[in-house]
Amino acid sequence: MAEQITMQVARYRPEQEEAPTFQEYEVPCPKDWVILDGLNYVKDRLDGTLSYRWSCRMGICGSCGMTVNGEPKLTCATFLADYAPGPLRVEPLRNFPVIRDLVVEIGDFMRKLVRVKPWIVRDDEKPVSEGEYLQTPQELDEYKQFSMCINCMLCYAACPIYGLDQAFIGPAAIALAQRYNLDTRDEGAAERHEVLSQHEGIWGCTFVGECTEVCPKNVDPAGAIQRYKLTAAMDSLRALVMPRGSR
Amino acid sequence: MSGPRIAGARHPRWFRPHVSTYWWLRRRSYFAFIMRELSSIFVAWGVIYLLLLVRAVSHGASRYQEFLAWSVRPVVLAINLVTLGFVVYHAITWFNLSPQAMVVRLRGKRVPPLWILASNYLACAVISAFVLWLVLAGGG
Repeated sequence: MAEQITMQVARYRPEQEEAPTFQEYEVPCPKDWVILDGLNYVKDRLDGTLSYRWSCRMGICGSCGMTVNGEPKLTCATFLADYAPGPLRVEPLRNFPVIRDLVVEIGDFMRKLVRVKPWIVRDDEKPVSEGEYLQTPQELDEYKQFSMCINCMLCYAACPIYGLDQAFIGPAAIALAQRYNLDTRDEGAAERHEVLSQHEGIWGCTFVGECTEVCPKNVDPAGAIQRYKLTAAMDSLRALVMPRGSR
Repeated sequence: MSGPRIAGARHPRWFRPHVSTYWWLRRRSYFAFIMRELSSIFVAWGVIYLLLLVRAVSHGASRYQEFLAWSVRPVVLAINLVTLGFVVYHAITWFNLSPQAMVVRLRGKRVPPLWILASNYLACAVISAFVLWLVLAGGG
């Protein structure tokens, strides 16, 4: 039989309690179990009342982000055995309101994401009969890293600026805006600039860099934000020097 | 008028964790970041001190001597030593962050981040050596 590990799981049942408490569960700890397996074991065998989000189990859907021993982690990509002999503490993602147990309210992020228009914006759509919008591998490389974002929101949980000022548009939304700004097929950079150049846009970021540290997909949102700051600053400078021909 | 109620940005039953005043002590990286922010005050003091020095020089030899006498007072010396520490910390942390912000291309290929980092330190070393030479040559 595999060894056991103690999971201290945050519980918040708003109909019962004012603030979250911790409940301990003993779960098996085989080498190949991730934290999500431990939570599923609790749900299936020990306590069916535990609430949490998950879907794909393979680091694609971005649903199972939680705080593990104080660090934002994808629970499907973090092994239980790495925390042996335990105990390990599982809490909801920080900086978001908690709805129940490990489930956080993500509406704020979803609304911000839409504001940066994370899709290809075209001035004129060419007819399908004219074929695809072609792109070279080099052009793809420009934005590919930023396109790996799975919207898991670990970067928001790690960002103290977002924690202190919820108006900040946040790392993932800016990285995704950059993903489309750097795409040669896109023509929406000016529209996104309206949102990104506001105080709560890129200038809210003070480059703590933790968003990049915790990103499970190596997206480097901090890099995306700083690169956009450089672009925005150069645009402003150009507008100042050449007021008529800057754009 | 009353349609289905959609939860707004706030809901009475959501739990909103309080951000502690000492959040920056929770992680080493947060502490390093706050120290970097704090270092800006000392960088500003460094600039003011330099301007005071220039002002003293422009007012003649006696004012310059007075400035030097003031500068070696233990309190001023201590402040300037702390300033030196923070300015070095500020420079190193910004050098280390710069490859993330700068994407440089040479003949279509992205220059490795390490090169950008190395070029920062190299430029700093060359300029420091030049300033040192200027001071020492001027003194001699």
